[in-house]
Amino acid sequence: MQWLDALIQGVLLGGLYAQYALGMALMFGVMRIVNISHGDLMILLALVGVSLAVSFSLGPFVLLVLLVPIAAAIGYVLQHAVLNRVVSQDPLPSIIATFGLSIAMQNAMLQIWSADTRSIPGGGIEQASWQVGPIFIGVLPVIVLVVATALTGGLDAVLRFSKFGRALRASAADVEAAALTGINPKAVYAWATALAVGILGFAAVFQGLRSTVAPSDGPAQLIYAFEAVIIGGMGSVWGAFMGSMVLGISQAIGFRISPGFGILAGHLVFLAVLAVRPQGIFGRS
Amino acid sequence: MSAPLLSTHGLQAFYGDFQALFGIDFEVAAGEVVALIGANGAGKSTLLNAIMGAIRVAPDMVRLDGAPTGGAAPHVMVAKGVGIVPEGRRLFTGMSVEDNLRVAIDHSAGGNDAWTLERVYALFPILKDKRRDLVQSLSGGQQQMVAVARALLNQPRVLLCDEISLGLAPKVINEIYAAIPSISDAGTAIVLVEQDVGLAKKASDRLYCMLEGKVTLTGKSADVSREDISAAYFGAGHAVA
Repeated sequence: MQWLDALIQGVLLGGLYAQYALGMALMFGVMRIVNISHGDLMILLALVGVSLAVSFSLGPFVLLVLLVPIAAAIGYVLQHAVLNRVVSQDPLPSIIATFGLSIAMQNAMLQIWSADTRSIPGGGIEQASWQVGPIFIGVLPVIVLVVATALTGGLDAVLRFSKFGRALRASAADVEAAALTGINPKAVYAWATALAVGILGFAAVFQGLRSTVAPSDGPAQLIYAFEAVIIGGMGSVWGAFMGSMVLGISQAIGFRISPGFGILAGHLVFLAVLAVRPQGIFGRS
Repeated sequence: MSAPLLSTHGLQAFYGDFQALFGIDFEVAAGEVVALIGANGAGKSTLLNAIMGAIRVAPDMVRLDGAPTGGAAPHVMVAKGVGIVPEGRRLFTGMSVEDNLRVAIDHSAGGNDAWTLERVYALFPILKDKRRDLVQSLSGGQQQMVAVARALLNQPRVLLCDEISLGLAPKVINEIYAAIPSISDAGTAIVLVEQDVGLAKKASDRLYCMLEGKVTLTGKSADVSREDISAAYFGAGHAVA
C-alpha cells in the first residue's frame, strides 16, 4: 500500500513540477532560449505573493488573479528589454544574460526579504485532505494537479490552433523565414515569454501555499523544470507534463526508500532517460 | 511601361565591410514579370534581401509606390505587399503543409484577399492531398510549391522568387513555372531570380543581368540576344534598349 501511496503522492508532486516545467517547455523546448533565471523568477513571484497576501490579507484565489498578470508583465519586459537583444542561433548569450540576471535577482531578493523561509497563508486549504482507505490525499495538491493539467491542455491548444501559436512555432523553426512571411518574431517572443512567466505565476502561488520559499531556492526549481522538459522531450508541452510526472513519482518512491534518497532518485531517473532515450519520452529522434 | 510599383535607386548593400551591390537601379510594374539573371555571387539574392529589409539599406534606395521603404523590417515589407519565396524554400519544419500556409494567411498584407487556400490548392492540387502532412515529408518540388503558395497567401502586390527551380526535376520546374502567368495576370508583379537563362527569358517580360554587384544588361526579354546575355553574364558591359 505504501507504494500506491508513493505513486499517488508522486503524481500530485508532478502537478507542481509541471507548472514549473510548462514555461520552460515554451522557452527552452520551443523557442530554444535557455533561461537560467526561470527558478528565480518563480521564487520572486512567490515572495511578492507572500508580501501581497500578508499585507492585504488576500486569499489564494485573489492572489492568483493579481499575481499571474504581474508575472506575464515581468515576462514581457524581460524578453522585450533583455532577451530579444541576445537571442540568436547561439544559445550562449542568453545563458550568460540570464545567469547574470539570476545572481542579481537572488541578491536583490535577499536584500528585500532576507534569507528567511516564508509561505503564503492559505486559510486552511494547505492542510485539508481526503482519506481514501489508509491513504491521505491533500486537497491543495489535487487542485495543483487539476490546474497543471488545464494549463498544459490550454497551452497545447494555443500552440497548435491559434494564430499566435503558429507564429511562435514558425519563428522557432526558422526565425528569418518567419520574418519574411510577415511575422514580427521579437513581438511573438515577447508575448511567448509573457505566457511562460505568467504560468510561473500559478506555480509561485501554489509553491508558496504547499511549501516554503526563500531567495536561494530558485536554482533547485530550475533543475526540476529542466529535467522535466528533457525527460518528456523538447518541444512537447504534454511531454513536459509527463516528464514532471516521472520526476515527481521518482522522487516520491525515492523518499519511501530512504528520506534522503528522494531528490537523488529524480536526478538518477533523469540521467537514465538521457542515457537510454536522449530525445526524451515524447521527443522525435 | 507604366509607373513602377517597386523600384531601387542607386542601391548599395554591404555585408560588414564587404560591398555586395554597387548602385543598382531596378524597377518592376504591376502585372509585369521581371527576371534577374547572373552567375553565383552576382548579387541577385542580395538585391532581393535588400528589398525585403533583411539587409539594411538607406530609405530612399527602395521605393514601393514611390514611397521610400528601404531599411524597413521584413515583416513590415510583407504588410506593405511585398512577398518572397526565399532561396532554399525555408519552410517551417515540424509543421503541416496547411499550418505553413495558415501562417502566411495570419500575416497577410491588408486590403487584399485575392489568394485563398482554395485558390492555391487549385494552382497546386497536390498540396490539397498533402495538407495534413509534415512539410519536411514532401518532395523537393512539392516543398517548392508550398513555398510559392505560402508567399501568395501573404497577398503580395510584388512577389520575389529566389531560385525557385534550383535542384528540381525539369517536369516539376515546368509545373511551377506554369503557375506564373496566372499569378501575374491578377496584377501581381513578379521578380524571378533564375540561373537558367532560357527559362528566365521565356517566363519574363523584361530581364536584368547582374555581374559582381552591378547591372550589366537590361532589356525586354524577347529582344535580348543570347550573345548580349553571354557578354553581360561573363564580363563585357552591354545595354540593350
